[in-house]
Amino acid sequence: MNQAARSKSMTIGEGGTAAAFAILAFLSLIIAAKAYTAEYAFHAYLFAAGSIAAVFAIIDRYYSRPAQTPLTIDGKPNYNMGPVKFATAIAMFWGIAGFTIGLWAALELAFPVLNFDLPWISFGRLRPLHTSAVIFAFGGNVLLATSFYVVQRTSRARLAGDIAPWFVVLGYNFFIVIAGTGYLLGITQSKEYAEPEWYADLWLTVVWVVYFLVYLGTIMRRTEPHIYVANWFYLAFIVTIAVLHLGNNAAIPVSLFSPKSYIVWSGVQDAMVQWWYGHNAVGFFLTAGFLGIMYYFIPKRANRPVYSYRLSIIHFWALVFLYIWAGPHHLHYTALPDWAQTLGMTFSIMLWMPSWGGMINGIMTLSGAWDKLRTDPVLRMLVVSVAFYGMSTFEGPMMSVKVVNSLSHYTDWTIGHVHSGALGWVGYVSFGAMYCLVPWLWNRERLYSDKLVNWHFWISTIGIVLYITAMWVSGILQGLMWRAYTSLGFLEYSFIETVEAMHPFYVIRAMGGALFVIGALLMAYNLWKTVNEPAAVRVALAPAE
Amino acid sequence: MSVWARHAVLEKNSIFLVIGILIVIAIGGLVEIVPLFYLKSTIEKVDGVRPYTPLELAGRNIYVREGCYNCHSQMIRPLRDEVERYGHYSLAAESMYDRPFQWGSKRTGPDLARVGGKYSDEWHRDHLRAPKSVVPGTVMPAYPWLEQTELAYARIADDLKVHAALGVPYTGEMIENAAADVRVQATTDHPDAESLAKRYSKAQARDFDGDPRRITEADALIAYLQLLGTQVNFKLYDDKANIR
Repeated sequence: MNQAARSKSMTIGEGGTAAAFAILAFLSLIIAAKAYTAEYAFHAYLFAAGSIAAVFAIIDRYYSRPAQTPLTIDGKPNYNMGPVKFATAIAMFWGIAGFTIGLWAALELAFPVLNFDLPWISFGRLRPLHTSAVIFAFGGNVLLATSFYVVQRTSRARLAGDIAPWFVVLGYNFFIVIAGTGYLLGITQSKEYAEPEWYADLWLTVVWVVYFLVYLGTIMRRTEPHIYVANWFYLAFIVTIAVLHLGNNAAIPVSLFSPKSYIVWSGVQDAMVQWWYGHNAVGFFLTAGFLGIMYYFIPKRANRPVYSYRLSIIHFWALVFLYIWAGPHHLHYTALPDWAQTLGMTFSIMLWMPSWGGMINGIMTLSGAWDKLRTDPVLRMLVVSVAFYGMSTFEGPMMSVKVVNSLSHYTDWTIGHVHSGALGWVGYVSFGAMYCLVPWLWNRERLYSDKLVNWHFWISTIGIVLYITAMWVSGILQGLMWRAYTSLGFLEYSFIETVEAMHPFYVIRAMGGALFVIGALLMAYNLWKTVNEPAAVRVALAPAE
Repeated sequence: MSVWARHAVLEKNSIFLVIGILIVIAIGGLVEIVPLFYLKSTIEKVDGVRPYTPLELAGRNIYVREGCYNCHSQMIRPLRDEVERYGHYSLAAESMYDRPFQWGSKRTGPDLARVGGKYSDEWHRDHLRAPKSVVPGTVMPAYPWLEQTELAYARIADDLKVHAALGVPYTGEMIENAAADVRVQATTDHPDAESLAKRYSKAQARDFDGDPRRITEADALIAYLQLLGTQVNFKLYDDKANIR
């Protein structure tokens, strides 16, 4: 290890990236000057500002960094946890932001006066902001943080790349800012969960390719012979999201100076491509990625090996193969040809098996450690997340059956289903992982307060139950009202009567959402204290065991 | 060697693992998507579906911008109650020029696939300005800015050009007259109304927002809404001819 003696020089990566950002800043300024709309000019200025900041950051880092970053120190991997810390912290921020926007959107449906006749916060613009904030900003940063943590730990190797991991984390969050402000300003291509326009999509593509390379490069550096199962799921998530993103966002911009683009696909083909993407954003972003979390954090926290190694192999390949087919169940009874609908339904039902196989593998990992559910609220959160996963992956295939779907489609039942998965599964597994990660990353002995975790768990569980039961009732009620006939054979209810009947459930739903937000605020406080409270005080507050 | 031992090859070689994932995820997508582009039965043969006029296209873009699809579907399913409530079930052909499609996934508000002609322009104007003024129980937000914002249509020909490049039958004449056609369609009794109707069959031309002084976003959006679902004449449509 004599590298310290070597003279310091700028790497090709640093120089090239700085040059690329300088060019991007220049290009952005030209676009800002010639932009067709003020909103687009605003985004171009953001790109310019971000690029200039990146150039400065790279140069500044060059002067302050050591000549060479060692891959190992005293034989132990020199893990790169800076980007992981950043992604963890900002995930908490986006989580609270996304949950709060969701609460506001829910309140708008219960009390429409809250739209305030303002374009920026009208429901049609706020709903994509909510979905993107929770899925991509909160969920995405949790995935970045955990995947970069897990791949280093399970490979026993430092993260590949020098500034590349920072580029991924910061670049991804820049994409979030562009996407989110875009929705409020009315820049959207209206494809659900893929609303950002062409230039944001291009930027995300660059970030994602670098993410893939960093991830793969780290695996290739591993000092363990086997690639750990969590990494298979993370890899499937990264690779498949790349394919889906490119397929669903194939578009031609009207001009370099216009934010507007037109999608290459049209009508029925566009619908199929959209839900091939949309369902697999669920399947690979919200499932495969978070299963990676399950396969690392549950065994780690319970201090038990994964229940069945063979089951995890079957779980992985069956899930990856079957999920891709399920998209057409979003298009039952539409103008999509029947053969495609039937295929979508068939494979959705088959998905029951790998989903429950995965659930069993996760929950049964606690064999011999069930007592920890009583004493460790973080582990409880992780295990309950898997239980919610089992519940919503039971409900999903059921709703994909055409007869059931004829009632549930277009109603709040779908919203309830999504939230049992999103709040219960994705939310709780993320919270559990973050409660584990923060003490590990900041070298704290334990969390500031286990008691607060307990409060978080129960408050948000009550919130979830209120939310999903309200949506079950409102969804099924409205579906039945739409198809109700009088004894004379006339439709019994006008549409607006079915809307008015939803009001009490929208209020209950908003209450559930509010509880979930309160839980997340408790969590943020707890994590903040864990990082910032001096160790001595923390030990004093810890319960006697 | 057991199959479990063979799997170790994938566990020890990251490139093989990535290739394996790519192959496995490609199958379902290819089988479900690719045939939709060549099976002739995918899109029915019907008369009457034409590309959007420039004004309707601009209105459609406002529909997209405001996120109307978050609460309104444009896809009537062939179920008894839906057909009675909204009209004939939607055909794939009716959205063949839609980029992107607006079938939607949620009905917080009613389906709009056949809303064209169901309400007057005045009703739409009032409804967009203050929904509760015409539907007291509604939860729809108000869109008062639409009738106050002038429509930006100076570059609408560029939008038609992109569509033409993607195979939508916009002719050179249509692209050339795009901006002028916006003005013609948004004016009541414009002298050039006939040439507009020649380019776009049955195009409705009038001052949609009731403000003849200027062309607003409300003009465009109402023109689009009034077109929805009116292109196919279902008195002449033979659904037996298109059994799929």
